[in-house]
Amino acid sequence: MRALDRKLVRELWGMRLQALAIALVIVSGVGVFIMSFSTVDSLYETRARYYREHRFAAVFAPLKRAPEALARRVETMPGVDRVQTRVVAFVSLDIAGFPEPVSAHLVSLPDHGPAAGAGVLNRVHLASGRLPQPGRTDEALISVELARAHDLAEGDTLRATINGRRERLTIVGLARSPEYIYQIAPGAMFPDPARYGILWMGRESLGNALDMDGAFNDLTLTVTRGASVEDVIDRLDTLLAPYGGTGAYAREDQLSHRFLTEELKQQRTIATVFPVIFFGVAAFLLNVVASRLIGLEREQIGTLKAFGWASADIGLHYAKLMLAIVLLGITGGIGLGILLGRGLSHIYMSFYSLPYMDFVLRPRVVAAAAAVSIGVALLGTLHAVRGAARLPPAQAMRPAPPPVYRATIVERLGLQRWLAQPTRMILRHIERRPLKSLLTTLGIAMACGIMMIGGFQRGAIDHMVGVQFGLSQRADLTATFTDPTSGHALYSLRSLPGVEHAEGLRSVPVRLRHGHRSYRTTLEGVAPDGRLLRLLDTDLKPIDLPPEGVVLNDYLAGLLGVRAGDVLRVEVLEGERRTLELPVAATARQYLGVGAYMQRAALNRLLREGDALSGVHLAVDARERRRVYALLKDMPRIAGIVEQAAAIRAFYDTLAQSVLFFTLVATLLGATIAFGVVYNSMRIALSERNRELASLRVLGFERGEVAYILLGELALLTLAAIPLGLAIGYGLCAYLAYAFQSDLYRIALVLERDVYALAALVVIISALVSGGLLWRSLGRLDMVAVLKSKE
Amino acid sequence: MAGARTSPDPVDGDDAPPPARSAPEHRSPQTSDAVPDAARRDAVFQVRGVTKVYRMGEVRVEALRGVDLALYAGELAVLLGPSGSGKSTLLNILGGLDTPTAGQVRYAGRDLAAASDRELTRYRRRHVGFVFQFYNLIPSLTARENVAVVTEIARDPMPPAEALDLVGLGARLDHFPAQLSGGEQQRVAIARAVAKRPDVLLCDEPTGALDSATGIVVLEVLERVNRELGTTTAVITHNAGIAQMADRVIVLADGRIAEVRRNAIRVAPRELSW
Ligand SMILES: Nc1ncnc2c1ncn2[C@@H]1O[C@H](COP(=O)(O)OP(=O)(O)OP(=O)(O)O)[C@@H](O)[C@H]1O
Ligand SMILES: [Mg+2]
Repeated sequence: MRALDRKLVRELWGMRLQALAIALVIVSGVGVFIMSFSTVDSLYETRARYYREHRFAAVFAPLKRAPEALARRVETMPGVDRVQTRVVAFVSLDIAGFPEPVSAHLVSLPDHGPAAGAGVLNRVHLASGRLPQPGRTDEALISVELARAHDLAEGDTLRATINGRRERLTIVGLARSPEYIYQIAPGAMFPDPARYGILWMGRESLGNALDMDGAFNDLTLTVTRGASVEDVIDRLDTLLAPYGGTGAYAREDQLSHRFLTEELKQQRTIATVFPVIFFGVAAFLLNVVASRLIGLEREQIGTLKAFGWASADIGLHYAKLMLAIVLLGITGGIGLGILLGRGLSHIYMSFYSLPYMDFVLRPRVVAAAAAVSIGVALLGTLHAVRGAARLPPAQAMRPAPPPVYRATIVERLGLQRWLAQPTRMILRHIERRPLKSLLTTLGIAMACGIMMIGGFQRGAIDHMVGVQFGLSQRADLTATFTDPTSGHALYSLRSLPGVEHAEGLRSVPVRLRHGHRSYRTTLEGVAPDGRLLRLLDTDLKPIDLPPEGVVLNDYLAGLLGVRAGDVLRVEVLEGERRTLELPVAATARQYLGVGAYMQRAALNRLLREGDALSGVHLAVDARERRRVYALLKDMPRIAGIVEQAAAIRAFYDTLAQSVLFFTLVATLLGATIAFGVVYNSMRIALSERNRELASLRVLGFERGEVAYILLGELALLTLAAIPLGLAIGYGLCAYLAYAFQSDLYRIALVLERDVYALAALVVIISALVSGGLLWRSLGRLDMVAVLKSKE
Repeated sequence: MAGARTSPDPVDGDDAPPPARSAPEHRSPQTSDAVPDAARRDAVFQVRGVTKVYRMGEVRVEALRGVDLALYAGELAVLLGPSGSGKSTLLNILGGLDTPTAGQVRYAGRDLAAASDRELTRYRRRHVGFVFQFYNLIPSLTARENVAVVTEIARDPMPPAEALDLVGLGARLDHFPAQLSGGEQQRVAIARAVAKRPDVLLCDEPTGALDSATGIVVLEVLERVNRELGTTTAVITHNAGIAQMADRVIVLADGRIAEVRRNAIRVAPRELSW
């Protein structure tokens, strides 16, 4: 090994803690980068394979009822590749030992033909058991998640109310489908596997039960390569309109697909935002460390140059030193990234129904992480090395000229009489090198800011739940009917014992258009002065629903680019399929979903129907809840029941795991960075002022007094960094809140005091730990060495 | 033997004639003339009209104000002068560590004053050995490695152990600088300077930080290298006593050459009046 390389190894060993602290920051950056990208890639890859292998459809068309023969006509339509007709229904389930209402989507499986069993499109994936036998009216597959939630297995039975009749079904297998990767009940926002699931039955059996013999009420298809999905949908809508078609939609609008896509979009955001922060900090740290380290080795550089080492060789030497640290960081980061990526993929598997997860780590992701780290490191080092190598050796070899100190502002203001000499030294030192002090402060502030990202999500979610379920959606139960129902249902529900209050709602699928933007959602007709569903303005005050016009939630308004007063084109996708021009009356603050609202009476009028309902919101006496459940279960036309408390739990279950994961990751990484920056700053300050401090010790200063001069300065910089860090953290959180908004939910930019407190605390603790480590080093300060050498 | 080695070109190695080394036996002082006959003695360095001005903001420091000087092959010259007279500045310029503000510094026919940074680096690498007052050893390298760091980039170096043997440190090869006394560190520095068999050896107060006994040991090493290897040697000192070991004594004052005198005899370091 060459002598210079030995120097490198020894010096690296000498600064091992420092090197480790820097490497850890890089580990964090690379780790998060790889975690996020591998998760995104894995999910994309897994979904693509699942879709491909199980033939996920491209177009979905729900309708009332059409004869099977119509399918032949669809097949001959231009652009259509394969067609699958089905019979589907919403049913309520009765599971032994579970008093609460459970609803399910019941989907038919073909009995005959080449596609018998799993089906042509949206083929089920059998996790265990077997398919129902053709003709058996009492056999069903159930979704894996539902089975798991209730501990059901093949051979178990459950009761389903199908078309008003209670049927006993035997579970013959557990299954999944690409159509239900994200399983969500009508009217719900989040998956709740205990209360909503999927059932599959043979086509003939289900057709008989639903009086759909020789007919279908659901059609899905794939399109030929190059065909326009839009055109196919247009033709399909025209064809199916007489059969009660409620509007065909493309994959992009399919619920499960859309939510998954949103999730992946967020992951991508994380994949870019976090690493940028970490790499930024790492670059900064490396730069600071490199320039100060090289500053300390000025004389050695001069000596090497005096003996004929070329500047390039010396530059390479220091670049190697930094690269060694970075490579350590990259290696650790790849390991951490794979670990976290697998962990996160696992979390996703637990709330997405996927039969498998292909963990994908693309070489180019690793290469990109490595390239960015190395680039950042070289960039950080380059400047310092260039500066040192450029110095003429004669000059490099003489110690850096004694710094020019001046009286500080404090002293110019005449305040010095209250400051002891060591305190003046601190102030002068800071003031003499303002840039360095600023950079140190900035580094600590960044760490503080990253810490806040972790805490922020948790608090923001609590706030969202408080607003959404405490102030806006206040029903205990929401029941959805299979078909629009007469308003009389409201009165009969109101009269149920235990029901304290009931409000009807009418929801209808619509496509909203404004200019060239459009969005498919449901328009909800609600009670104008409702107690169970209230729309809130930005100050969270209830909005009075005007007699005419629609109220959009703020996110939807943003998507469509409309404001109160604009006119919206509303294409109703049901019944007469009217197209209406409606004014936007107001926008409402909502953190969940993509909602559009108007008075129910007005909506009924626009739909040219009587007093029709598609569901009800109920306030139920807690003591009577079980009775109400039982009564609702037996009601024939109820498609689904969402229980408020369960919905909140589901919401937390869905988000909490991933959010907690991120909280943990961000907190850990924030603390790592905080420690990395603070410890490095202190360490370097000690090396730089080694001589000065040792001389003071020689002159009889106590260790504590010397420590005060060094640590006092860093304490001051740390304290200055905290408010700055909190401001940076606020900015990062605001950016994340913006970047994370999706159809599913928006994160409120709510930062509780404890978020600030925790961030500040971690920074202070890092500083104290670093200070403690330094205190030990101060004890070993070599006074003799100072006396021996020059300066 | 080093004297037989063909010296490469001073600046870039190929075309310029090597500075001839005088064999030690020809080198004994013959006249008292301070400027000897150039036909008999080859000038390794020809310094003409060199000035060096340091600018620090408003302040101009004229460290050298027109120096004319020649150093001859194989001689041992001592530079004397009060503090601030420009000795180190001159030595640094001769060693290619710094460039003059004006004037010419010819080394074997090449002008160092006009050389580029790369050329100067190559010049230092091939021809110059330095010894500094504060040793300037690399603290994280052992004695042997401190020598190796220089021999690794030299053309025809002696093995580091041999160089350390030469300065009497054959037994301390694997000691770090912090484990050596000042005198020992300075001897490592000398070993480092001579290990590459330089054509010129430039020493800036090599004994400045040492007591007289240790200083004498160090000077003996320098004297031996000069004598045995024929290396042209310039030594800066504050100690007028040391001047007795030189072939010539050059006195600087106020950035100029105040006096050049030739010693009739070189006194062995051990006999110096310290
Ligand atoms: N890099 C520099 N910048 C500014 N002034 C310098 C620099 N180097 C030397 N000087 C000044 O040039 C003058 C000559 O300095 P030099 O180091 O050559 O003196 P010296 O004769 O070696 O003195 P000493 O015996 O104290 O080492 C001094 O006044 C010194 O202050
Ligand atoms: Mg000097």
